Amino acid sequence: MKKILNLLSSILVIFSISLNVVSAEKVEYLKTDWSFKGLFGKFDRASLQRGYQVYTEVCSSCHSMKYLSYRNLAEKGGPEFSIEQAKAIASSFEVIDGPNSDGEMFTRPGKLSDKFVMPYDNVKAAQAANGGAYPPDMSVLVKARKGGVDYIYSLLQGYEDPPAGITLDDGVYYNKFMYGNKIKMSNQLSDGLIQYADGTNATVEQMSKDVTTFLMWAAEPHLEARHKMGFKAIVYLIILTVLVYFSMKKIWSRIETKV
Amino acid sequence: MSDHNYTPNSKFGKWFNDRLPLLTLANHLTEYPTPKNLNYWWTFGGILTFCLITQIVTGLVLAMHYIAHADMAFDSVEHIMRDVNYGWLIRYIHANGASMFFLAVYIHIFRSLFYGSYKAPREVIWIIGIIIYLLMMAAAFMGYVLPWGQMSFWGATVITNLFSAIPLVGEGIVTWLWGGYSVDNPTLTRFFTLHYLIPFLILGLVVLHIWALHVPGNNNPVGIDIKKPSKDTVPFHPYIVIKDGFALLMFMIVFAFFVFYTPNILGHADNYIEADPLVTPAHIVPEWYLLPFYAILRSVPDKLLGVVAMLSAILILAALPWLDTSKVRSAVFRPLYKQFYWILVADVLILGYVGAMPAEGLYLLVARVATAYYFLHFLVILPLLGLREKTTPVPLSITEPILGGTSNLATAKNKNDLKI
Repeated sequence: MKKILNLLSSILVIFSISLNVVSAEKVEYLKTDWSFKGLFGKFDRASLQRGYQVYTEVCSSCHSMKYLSYRNLAEKGGPEFSIEQAKAIASSFEVIDGPNSDGEMFTRPGKLSDKFVMPYDNVKAAQAANGGAYPPDMSVLVKARKGGVDYIYSLLQGYEDPPAGITLDDGVYYNKFMYGNKIKMSNQLSDGLIQYADGTNATVEQMSKDVTTFLMWAAEPHLEARHKMGFKAIVYLIILTVLVYFSMKKIWSRIETKV
Repeated sequence: MSDHNYTPNSKFGKWFNDRLPLLTLANHLTEYPTPKNLNYWWTFGGILTFCLITQIVTGLVLAMHYIAHADMAFDSVEHIMRDVNYGWLIRYIHANGASMFFLAVYIHIFRSLFYGSYKAPREVIWIIGIIIYLLMMAAAFMGYVLPWGQMSFWGATVITNLFSAIPLVGEGIVTWLWGGYSVDNPTLTRFFTLHYLIPFLILGLVVLHIWALHVPGNNNPVGIDIKKPSKDTVPFHPYIVIKDGFALLMFMIVFAFFVFYTPNILGHADNYIEADPLVTPAHIVPEWYLLPFYAILRSVPDKLLGVVAMLSAILILAALPWLDTSKVRSAVFRPLYKQFYWILVADVLILGYVGAMPAEGLYLLVARVATAYYFLHFLVILPLLGLREKTTPVPLSITEPILGGTSNLATAKNKNDLKI
């Protein structure tokens, strides 16, 4: 009997060691401090506003954000642009509306209630313009990638020359954080690429962090409300648990059995 | 429930109770004699009831906003997350609630395995429990399809395709299940309907489960039959109610932590990508609670036999009351079974782990060994163990091991009884 047990436990040990070896091959993502992590995590407003600027000036020429509306930009827990700013942002876009009473489609300046204007009419058009690769919608992108914000943040800074022996097709680039290392998006960020409205120095690292923060908010617009409510809910539950514990002790003290 | 001589105090109460004995039922439920030595592993029954009700209530609200259409399902889920008041909260409770439900049900099942709660006279409770567990898996699987993400779509494709393993009629059955030639809108709408239906079937079975429980009464950590009511029992209310309540609150703290701080950790990132029939994800993985069975399925090289193995792995549990030949219920008094019990727990955890990994190389080998051991445990070890094992002395009543002193005399008598 003992022998069988020993055998089984040694199998277990070997098994767990080998699993560790296999999982040790993972890529280490670049690390940065995210203000929205942790029990009281909140977004950095200025970073969200800068992130929106990076998105509009760089990403939005290819990537849509179809679940976001311009009104979201002024909502609590987001970039919190003022209503006037958000209106101005919305009206800087041309939105196709209609049909009007003549049955014609027409364009008009955007309103707060409009969804973010898409760079392409449809997926096929997006693919045609990008060498067959569809630039994914970025509304929930952070949640749709293993590694989340760390992955996106790293990917944006992960472009380098391919190691010797790897040849890349036309329109394919090397990125050390991309799954399989081959990516169809070229390096988009370079130092000083944009002029931040608040005067922050636009390094690649800074822009990556800002736009990733913006994408996190886009994917989880109620993150701050969730953290706030979560803290209250858990504190409430803990207090109630303690009270119920003492009531239980009191009730069970009527009989000899311990609880 | 024949031993009831309850008469309500009020005149109206008497009048009503003669026509519909609801007050007798309420009296039965509050007075229900419960073993006083139940430990915290016994609180998961109440926790599971809470989970079921939470899923039904949040599910109802979600169904008011969700659109079961292949073109709109994903969008409607994002609509719930963004624009419905507290929609994110309701959805995260529902999604994580499924995981919490399974966490609790696994603890509940393994508690039964440890303390022999499935043995006579509780076989029917156990079998109803297995049916509930099967329905839970069906409900969870179909629920995971509803957001219409990549894992939803491809998970549905893989699982429904299992039916094609059935000889002759397999392909026809799959087409019938799909309502077409691939997983598509008809599949989504019928899964939504069934996902809405099954929880109410479960609710009905839970009533039967509890009813069947109230006939012999609860098993207990010592695993012996007790007189009811007696020194060994306490009324369900307030003793068990408050204890279950305390345990439930602790469980809710864990639950809340998942919902508010890591709501997506138990899900798969790919399910935030809208379903695309033309793009297959690199690894198709079911939710964590189905992984052990997924590992068993993939460990068999033949498709049909794999499906048979997977189904047998669940159905074998229904035969457990007859496979376990030991007269002693609780593992506390079964030194060998106790060890095999923990090996089985480890085996199932290993199966779960390899189920999440690609089915190749070492993982596949481990999955095969673990699958073989799983069946070995139920089909060979348990029947033999009951006949061979020398159990330690079982006390005559619950109060005795606690009060001490006379236990030697009692156990000496009992030892002889057990050998017969």
